Amino acid sequence: MARSIKKGPYVDANLEDKVLAINEGTSKKGVLKTWSRRSTITPDFVGHTLAVHNGNKFIPVYVTEFMVGHKLGEFAPTRNFKGHSSKKG
Amino acid sequence: MARIAGVDLPKNKRGEIGLTYIYGIGPSTAKYILDKASIDRSKKVNQWDDDELNAIRTTITEEFKVEGQLRSEVQMSIKRLLDIACYRGLRHRKGLPVRGQRTKTNSRTRKGKRKTVAGKKKATKK
Repeated sequence: MARSIKKGPYVDANLEDKVLAINEGTSKKGVLKTWSRRSTITPDFVGHTLAVHNGNKFIPVYVTEFMVGHKLGEFAPTRNFKGHSSKKG
Repeated sequence: MARIAGVDLPKNKRGEIGLTYIYGIGPSTAKYILDKASIDRSKKVNQWDDDELNAIRTTITEEFKVEGQLRSEVQMSIKRLLDIACYRGLRHRKGLPVRGQRTKTNSRTRKGKRKTVAGKKKATKK
């Protein structure tokens, strides 16, 4: 079921604070590491590069305006399936 | 012959069924269109007169996206998913189900015909 509109999009508070701090210029940092895959991408995030954890390592995600409304986790795949082995027999 | 949105409608079907031959119009939309034009839902397509036809046409053009326009919109939204490389886009790219269905079995609609792997045991083949 979709999230209630009344509540607004969910963004982890600490991540949102950090992003807003960069936007206001109070802190400078290139890539933000985050484990918060569950956070929705809001328009504030556009133009940032976030390193999203996939359970193993951090995947750099450059946020564009088309990504707004998706969750961060959608851009850092957790499974790495390259296909079955081609061994015969 | 009734021709709406570039589609020939079947002559001998009831209006609410005939309209569903247009891409983007299903049973409930068809009913809504006919009710709005105050046409009997079970009136056959070939019994519509010109006024009724025009009423149907105007409702469709004003309120609904059908056929080519709708198809391109769907394509555009899929393309957007592909371009931003999100999970749904990756699933589209691989031709696998997008909405979290199981893929151990089934999902043949997305995966297409079974591709039998040579050398696999018969029991698992099926």
